[in-house]
Amino acid sequence: MPPPIYNVMKKSLLLLSLGMFAACRLTTAGDLTGVINLKGTPPAARELTPIKDDPNCAAMYPGDLPKTTFYVVGAGGELADVIVTLKGVPSQPAAASLAPVVLDQKGCLYYPQILAVQAGQKIIVKNSDSCVHNIHTKPAANPESNQVQMPGAADLTYTFDKPEPFLKFQCDVHPWMFAWVTVVDHPYFAVSGKDGKFTIKNVPAGKYTLEAAHRKLGVQSAEVEVKADGAAQNFTFEVK
Amino acid sequence: MNNKYSPALFWFAVLNAVATFFLIGLGGLVTSHEAGMSVPDWPTTYGYNMFLFPVDKWLGGIFYEHSHRLLASLVGFLTTVLALWLWLKDPRKWIHWLGIAAFLLVIIQGILGGLRVRWQLDWLGVPHGAVAQAFLVLASSLALFTSRWWQTATGGKQLAVPRGLRSHVLYVTLLIFLQLLIAATMRHQHAGLAITDFPAAYGKVWPSTSPDALAHYNATRPAGTVGNPITAFQVTLQMIHRCVAYAIFLGVAASAMLARKRLGGRDALTKFAFFWLVLLSLQIVLGAATIWSNKAADVTTLHVMVGASALLTGALWWLVAARRTRLAA
Repeated sequence: MPPPIYNVMKKSLLLLSLGMFAACRLTTAGDLTGVINLKGTPPAARELTPIKDDPNCAAMYPGDLPKTTFYVVGAGGELADVIVTLKGVPSQPAAASLAPVVLDQKGCLYYPQILAVQAGQKIIVKNSDSCVHNIHTKPAANPESNQVQMPGAADLTYTFDKPEPFLKFQCDVHPWMFAWVTVVDHPYFAVSGKDGKFTIKNVPAGKYTLEAAHRKLGVQSAEVEVKADGAAQNFTFEVK
Repeated sequence: MNNKYSPALFWFAVLNAVATFFLIGLGGLVTSHEAGMSVPDWPTTYGYNMFLFPVDKWLGGIFYEHSHRLLASLVGFLTTVLALWLWLKDPRKWIHWLGIAAFLLVIIQGILGGLRVRWQLDWLGVPHGAVAQAFLVLASSLALFTSRWWQTATGGKQLAVPRGLRSHVLYVTLLIFLQLLIAATMRHQHAGLAITDFPAAYGKVWPSTSPDALAHYNATRPAGTVGNPITAFQVTLQMIHRCVAYAIFLGVAASAMLARKRLGGRDALTKFAFFWLVLLSLQIVLGAATIWSNKAADVTTLHVMVGASALLTGALWWLVAARRTRLAA
């Protein structure tokens, strides 16, 4: 049996190697950034008139009713709600410690309406309304579910193990209520903000295919090379 | 035949048929409002016994789905009573079994509706819609078979209907049933309108279904509240629906003309055939209005109800014609 000092040295060497590997990874990882733009004029947003059918929901909008938000476009054509994902990256389920994403039902609408999560990452669904909602998930690859959430009820937690784009959450009590969740099986993804910008952090250096997906405008892809100081890649969608 | 006409039985059968017709309308509203899954449990409603579900909770999509379930329960009850009544009071053996068939069909229909909710399967809405139409024809036939005319008419006054005309009406009626299956498949895609213009289709006689064209349709079609992207299958299905509609219209127009030629303009079946033609004309206008209104729930549901009426008219026409021909023989 080797003396205890050898075991200590072995563990130290192992930890040191892991630390060096991690440090090496960190130093050769960069942020992948970009801006998404839209060319052309999208169809006009439509007022969600069915909201009037439910007095609880209608009461929350004494003035103008909210509108559809299929295209969220800035003054300069910046396009929000585009899911940007690295392709061909090895599968990597979410760590248990990864912070959950919150999907809130507020004013008989989902907030946010477009989001992305890592496979296995928790989605906490809240009901901030004073009326009942049913949360009906309509996935293609993951199991479907339909649960009731009464006003003031406890939050519901969802996780999806298989990657799939734009998995639909809907409320059948209020059929204008939708959210779309893209499930990615690794951590290298982002959703473009209202300024059209996105950032995928800590991408290991290397060559990748970067994909940008808008729910109405389809998918675009580009080849990118990420170096230690990062990389940038813009996309322009077009309404023909 | 030595049957005794029972007004009470006849009007009860009519009540069942009328309730079934409105049940189809309410089912249409459920789908038009995308409310089929708004009550996630079955046979309970949000944990309540469905008959005790508080009225103040009938909101949004729940109103349509829960009302549909209650009316369905009423139709189930009426059909059960009718089947028992026929079995106990009607001397005709065949109608006993027809009553039992109606009873079994209404049970199957209820289970299909329940399983569509419990198993969360959109496609089960298609057989649910198809069985609804078949049940409407059966329930209305029972009303016809228990009517005074069916039981007391004699051969002397009846004019036989030529076989060719009867066959023609039967085929057109079967085509309408096929059309209703196509329509149910379209509705249960839950994708909104696959083609958004009429009479053209994306500005053409036959629209392209290439990937580029579909991407363009999805990006530019009016932003409805149903957000699913459309597919080539859905575009093609709507085109088939349109083509079959034109074929049915021509078939029904030919039925009316043939009836006038063979039976004369004053014959009740000729008038009934022209009523059928009016229904079909209305149905085509409603089909167009469904598109022009971007699938407004009330217009779409009227389209469903007039479609059911068109099927029923053809089926009853054929049954009356067959009866008259038999009596006249």
